[in-house]
Amino acid sequence: MSKINRKAIQADVEVLSNKKVGAYHHMVFAVGDMALHARPGNFVAISVGGNNSSMILRRAFAIYRSSDRGQYGGTIELVVAPHGQGSKWLTGLQIHDQVNMVAPLGTSFGIPTEPVNALLIGGGYGSAPLFGLAEVLKERGCRVDMILGASTAGKIYAPLEGKRSVNSLTVTTEDGATGVKGRVTDVMSELIDKHNAEIVYSCGPMAMLSAVNEIARTHNLVHQCAVEESMACGIGVCMTCVLPVKDNDGVVKMLRSCIDGPVMDGERVIWNSSRKIPEGTWGS
Amino acid sequence: MGIVMSQDFDFDMSSKFGQKTFLAPVFTASGCAGSGKELAQFFPLTELGAVITKSIALKPRSGRATPRMAETPSGMLNSIGLQGPGIDQFLQDDIPWLLANKANVIVSISGETVEEYASLARRLRLVPGISGIEVNISCPNVENRGLVFACDPVASKEVIDAVRRNIGGELPIIAKLSPDVTDIVSIAGEVISAGADGLALINTLLGMVIDIDTQKPKLAGKTGGLSGPAIRPVAVRAIYQVHAAFRNIPILGMGGVASGKDALEMIFAGASAVSIGTANFGNPTAAMKVKEELRTLLQARGFNSVREAVGVAHRE
Repeated sequence: MSKINRKAIQADVEVLSNKKVGAYHHMVFAVGDMALHARPGNFVAISVGGNNSSMILRRAFAIYRSSDRGQYGGTIELVVAPHGQGSKWLTGLQIHDQVNMVAPLGTSFGIPTEPVNALLIGGGYGSAPLFGLAEVLKERGCRVDMILGASTAGKIYAPLEGKRSVNSLTVTTEDGATGVKGRVTDVMSELIDKHNAEIVYSCGPMAMLSAVNEIARTHNLVHQCAVEESMACGIGVCMTCVLPVKDNDGVVKMLRSCIDGPVMDGERVIWNSSRKIPEGTWGS
Repeated sequence: MGIVMSQDFDFDMSSKFGQKTFLAPVFTASGCAGSGKELAQFFPLTELGAVITKSIALKPRSGRATPRMAETPSGMLNSIGLQGPGIDQFLQDDIPWLLANKANVIVSISGETVEEYASLARRLRLVPGISGIEVNISCPNVENRGLVFACDPVASKEVIDAVRRNIGGELPIIAKLSPDVTDIVSIAGEVISAGADGLALINTLLGMVIDIDTQKPKLAGKTGGLSGPAIRPVAVRAIYQVHAAFRNIPILGMGGVASGKDALEMIFAGASAVSIGTANFGNPTAAMKVKEELRTLLQARGFNSVREAVGVAHRE
């Protein structure tokens, strides 16, 4: 714990492709050797705004897919939601433009050594790292079922090539525009029972992860989640992206989601603790 | 990484704080380099003047609740609240690693009382291998603004005095001051008279961002410290004023240094060396970039050392 990803490197990388998909942009970068050690759950940190930018902090994005060999050498793919100024700048880039990237960063999803039945749950663009995870799990002989939820249809990211690596895909939207009307947690229990799920993986907004954790707990399932806290550096030096998590000795500490995460054991996270330090936290 | 670690033995980039000479003019600012290990992934820490460690307290501190960060134009607010493991674990884990990796180490300390600073100084007196003490009397992220010693000349003097008496004569003491005062020169005068060997100028400025959707301060701690290029002119001004009053006291300049040009500006104002803080967040190799650019800029202007350039903006 508490160590930077030893494979992380910094490099200027080239945009190979930038396509709008629903509410998001699918972007591919030529990254060379950086792709060699990228694992599902890892993220990248990108400088935005160009050399004279007033945006001085890096933006963190979960890796959607990575490949260490192809026509363009190593590539890393991202799914970017153009929410803020920085991500809008990034999604406005043209092919052959360059960005400065640090990757791979953070922890990755734990992969079971035996084939198990896995349920993957994503919210909005949080689905991005789950497709790469699904591929790895399939290769290990796991059954992979997936639930993707969003407020509306345009915010579901589920590309064709991704769907190939799952046994079933259930979509939920809050407005009912596509799939089941409701939230991922409305269908989660039923799917756990139907497919005999033994492990839950999730990625998405913190409120969703918290709700998913509650259901996983009632079913006694291991829950690995990729948490989302705003980061200034992504490399463990700024201490802004912390959240309260139980360590190996059961002591609650404010851990960095960029180094001790983003993938964490859902059972260890003290949920719903934004704007407060939970009682008993070490050093409080 | 694209960075050339050039060795130029003819060009003297050293600075001196107290009895200690630092060969490189670029340091990492406290609280902006993690434990040192994280940045060591990107460049050898031996290339720095020193690593200034995250301000350490006597006891473990959880720090403030999240959100702790808000990006602002050319800057950011942070509200970490001095999260740290406390001096015992720090001396057990962080210091041995830094020294084993041949980094020069300046330990930054933070206390809530004068006695706490004194206790920290007593602990550090016995630690072999460290190169100096930064006394952080200016962290803005504390519950009680009355605890910001650097806002009060008497309290500033008392803290430095206590550290001086407990640390002995060898280790240089660098006092880190706040720009959030009416007269930084008078504060500087007090800490110098109490035995500070050098000054770290400047800490962050107290600021606030309000989220117009939630209609509340964005940070859980409401206020935070403003850093980054946005505050650089404030830092240059503070360095200029203090150097004008105390020509012989070395200053470690900081506040938005992200390029060699920024560093040179502070050196011309009167800094003997600079620290890199927020720029590390946006660019893990910022310190190396600043160092190389600074050397090039100095040489292009005919300087034979950093020392020659210190305070030249004060020439008539």
